[in-house]
Amino acid sequence: MRYLPLTDADRREMLSVIGTKSVDELFRDVPASAVLGTKIAGLPDHQGELEVERAFQAYAAKNLSPASVPFFIGAGAYRHHVPSTVDYMIQRGEFLTSYTPYQPEITQGTLQYLFEFQTQITLLTGMEVANASMYDGSTGTSEAVLMANRVTRRHKALVSGGLHPQYRRIIETAAKWEGFGVVIGKPDVDGLEDLIAAVDKDTSCVVVQNPSFFGHVRDFAKLAAACHAAGALLIVVVTEVVSLGLIAPPGEMGADIVVCEGQSIGNGLGFGGPYVGLLATREKYMRQMPGRLVGETVDADGKRGFVLTLSTREQHIRREKATSNICTNAGLCALAFTVHLTLLGEAGFRRLAEINHAKASELADRVGTIPGVKILNDSFFNEFTVRLPKPAAPVVEALAARRILGGLPVSRLIPNDPSVENLLLLAATETATEEGMGPLVAALKEVL
Amino acid sequence: MDRSQGRSGGIVSGTATAPATFTGNRALQIEEPLIFEMGQPGRCGVDLPEPPKVKDRLNGLRRSGDIGLPGLSEPQVVQHYTRLSQKNYAIDMGVYPLGSCTMKHNPRINEKVARLPGIGDLHPLQPVSTVQGALELIDRLAHWLKTLTGMPAVAMSPAAGAHGEMCGMMAISAALEARGERAQRKVVLAPESAHGTNPATAAALGFTVKPIPANDRGRVDLAALKAALGPDVAAIMLTNPNTCGLFESEIVEISKAVHAAGAFFYCDGANFNAIVGRVRPGDLGVDCMHINLHKTFSTPHGGGGPGAGPVVLSAALAPYAPYPWIVKDGDKWRVAEDDGALKSLGIEGTPLGRLKAFHGQMGMFTRALAYIMSHGADGLKQVAEDAVLSANYVMAALKDTMSPAFEGPCMHEALFDDSFLKDTGVSTLDFAKAMIDEGYHPMTMYFPLVVHGAMLIEPTESVAKEDLDQFIGALRSLTARAKTGTAAEAFKAAPLYSPRRRLDETLAARKPILRWKPSNNPPETDPLKQAAE
Repeated sequence: MRYLPLTDADRREMLSVIGTKSVDELFRDVPASAVLGTKIAGLPDHQGELEVERAFQAYAAKNLSPASVPFFIGAGAYRHHVPSTVDYMIQRGEFLTSYTPYQPEITQGTLQYLFEFQTQITLLTGMEVANASMYDGSTGTSEAVLMANRVTRRHKALVSGGLHPQYRRIIETAAKWEGFGVVIGKPDVDGLEDLIAAVDKDTSCVVVQNPSFFGHVRDFAKLAAACHAAGALLIVVVTEVVSLGLIAPPGEMGADIVVCEGQSIGNGLGFGGPYVGLLATREKYMRQMPGRLVGETVDADGKRGFVLTLSTREQHIRREKATSNICTNAGLCALAFTVHLTLLGEAGFRRLAEINHAKASELADRVGTIPGVKILNDSFFNEFTVRLPKPAAPVVEALAARRILGGLPVSRLIPNDPSVENLLLLAATETATEEGMGPLVAALKEVL
Repeated sequence: MDRSQGRSGGIVSGTATAPATFTGNRALQIEEPLIFEMGQPGRCGVDLPEPPKVKDRLNGLRRSGDIGLPGLSEPQVVQHYTRLSQKNYAIDMGVYPLGSCTMKHNPRINEKVARLPGIGDLHPLQPVSTVQGALELIDRLAHWLKTLTGMPAVAMSPAAGAHGEMCGMMAISAALEARGERAQRKVVLAPESAHGTNPATAAALGFTVKPIPANDRGRVDLAALKAALGPDVAAIMLTNPNTCGLFESEIVEISKAVHAAGAFFYCDGANFNAIVGRVRPGDLGVDCMHINLHKTFSTPHGGGGPGAGPVVLSAALAPYAPYPWIVKDGDKWRVAEDDGALKSLGIEGTPLGRLKAFHGQMGMFTRALAYIMSHGADGLKQVAEDAVLSANYVMAALKDTMSPAFEGPCMHEALFDDSFLKDTGVSTLDFAKAMIDEGYHPMTMYFPLVVHGAMLIEPTESVAKEDLDQFIGALRSLTARAKTGTAAEAFKAAPLYSPRRRLDETLAARKPILRWKPSNNPPETDPLKQAAE
């Protein structure tokens, strides 16, 4: 077996040093009733690399790769071009096969890129501090609500109908089992939701998304002021982080916690994960943050270095009093994010955002000319909602049959709600082409 | 100990203090600034076309002013991260015996298949008809996990081990609620040696955590456990093999007692590598167990994630598995994401909710399945055996000079306490830092908490015998030096040869600097600096 260095001779020699006759003796604490005589039945034996690779190619062949067809799906996961340098860098063994930097003397590489990552996140979001990443945007949002509950010592979250429906569902799940209240807005299809009147003295936080799930770009400054007047926190969620290259950051609008899904930068679609969550906040809430934090310090020779810090918030020190049970972050995805963002820099990141907005504008203009199709957004970044003259789910299936991945029927994420049944969410990033938009528009005309 | 088996013949004497260099670099050890200290306006590492001019549809919310991101060219970016990478220790470089973390070899075929077009580039919300192969792949991994653990169901979506714990304990809450006992059963029992995530998870879900003492053999004290069980107990959270590296020999009695008391048995599967292919947790009476794919199944640790924490579930807990459910309907794979969809497929179940967007850590599923297929049923059994053999070999080769925490054979990790360092002036931390100068990543230190100055060594099955011998030789040499009684100062100065020497963690915590700021910022306008002072 190619991964196992011990030979039978090694094993015999090692057993003799240990002073036992067989490996079985080392397992003598296992109750006899639970010992399997031979290997587990019904599973195949080991295979060579060629056979394994072929098996995966067979799985891949049963899927429709977005690279091969016109593609317009977003809804919290976006198809962007990732420079080759990013994927090369994250496969360097020194990054790929290192672990949590518990020994800072020999993990300065990881610690320094995380420190740079934290700084980049504060700049993008307009916030003061950021952690070293969360599992993803969806779980990060739920953690942000728990954090707001700790900060305010209140237990009622007010959740916008413009938040990604799966993110909403995750908050509801946490609320049910962790024991706090949650008020959920109706799907905010037209982007006109006003939550100010609903904020009261029991509200721990208001959770909004920008651009919203339906694509609307909103100014939350007044909502932030209302939250602060009532002693609540404003949590702004961003599922398309590229939008921060063009849109005013949540920090400028008065957000107290910002959570982003960072997948768009550096990380492929990957059928939904692993992604990388970004979490940033005000300095005064720093000690209530979940997850790992990297801080600057000096070594015994006075040289600048970095360490994991403020770990008295964390489970391995605080146990049942920890701010969260989180142990790992999304280290390698954070590396992909920070390498890509470093390649882009100020000029590249802003231009990437401009291109996305321009592509989506072009798509909206073209789709808007199809008879019976109505664009619901006055504002958007790279994704918008259209109302079709009939249910969207079968339309998307009909497009797929024509080898076009033509957006997300909203009913997939908000089922059994007639008010959204005809809605289609369309996204266009820098990867969208004229060769893709033409066929989409033509096919939509055909199937509608 | 015969050192000739190791690759270096003995103690290499230290050199005189090296002179300073102009750059501050030392040959391959290159000092690297932060990206924010390197950038120049006008530099960019990508070439993007000029965007067409369009009318803004941003609701008047266009960003004003600079973001502040530095501009670097592609070669600068490559050099920056390459230099940073060279400041890291990694599995690819040598023995990484970090107990409880299972730092085994990460095969590159895993990386390759995870990136195949049609797998790595799929959108999670593509029409289900266009991702049939992806759903089949997830189900195939699920099949392996269920078979290897002897459990009837698995929830695939948790993003990491701790997230899996949350999932399992929520499923237990849901089952208790269905029995009308959730309000009554508010206590979770956990050994004092448990991972910190266990009490943190239980507390987050509103349970009170009651510690269970260990006996002098490092196992759960069965009598104390039985005494603690009662109508107020929801579950026990137990790691097996436990965090002392020992198999809980009375595990069957434990699970019987837990079930007789109407409680559930949550098994922390962090140490599954010791028993994979040899023992099925389902045969031990486990109700649920998370599996850290980055431990037992070799998905990369990545500097701290991403992980994946599928949770296997007993028949009693299976109905509560969170969404999504991937199910076969005739010859088609489907994804059920809400109660209506489950019902229309004719499936019984009352899922506890949703824990993560989309379908879980697909990239990790792909890698884990590639690892599992590479080993097969025969190879996985050998993995457990070699991991246990290697740990016992290390234990046997060091027990005369270091101090094993417990008697008898261990499983996949060897636990020592610090009594062998008594009166030497050398602490566990000093000993660990001296290992760095010998070219090793130290073992896990000061965990589990129940052992004084704990040193938890997990070699894994991936280390060749000659490398184990050199490692053992290094530890024997360090031990001998410590025991001279005159080496404390030298140990406290370690490490000397790493990219950084000991870092001032107290300073970092007392004056937190969590982001770079331009150094020319006057302190009075710099809120972070102000707060620090």
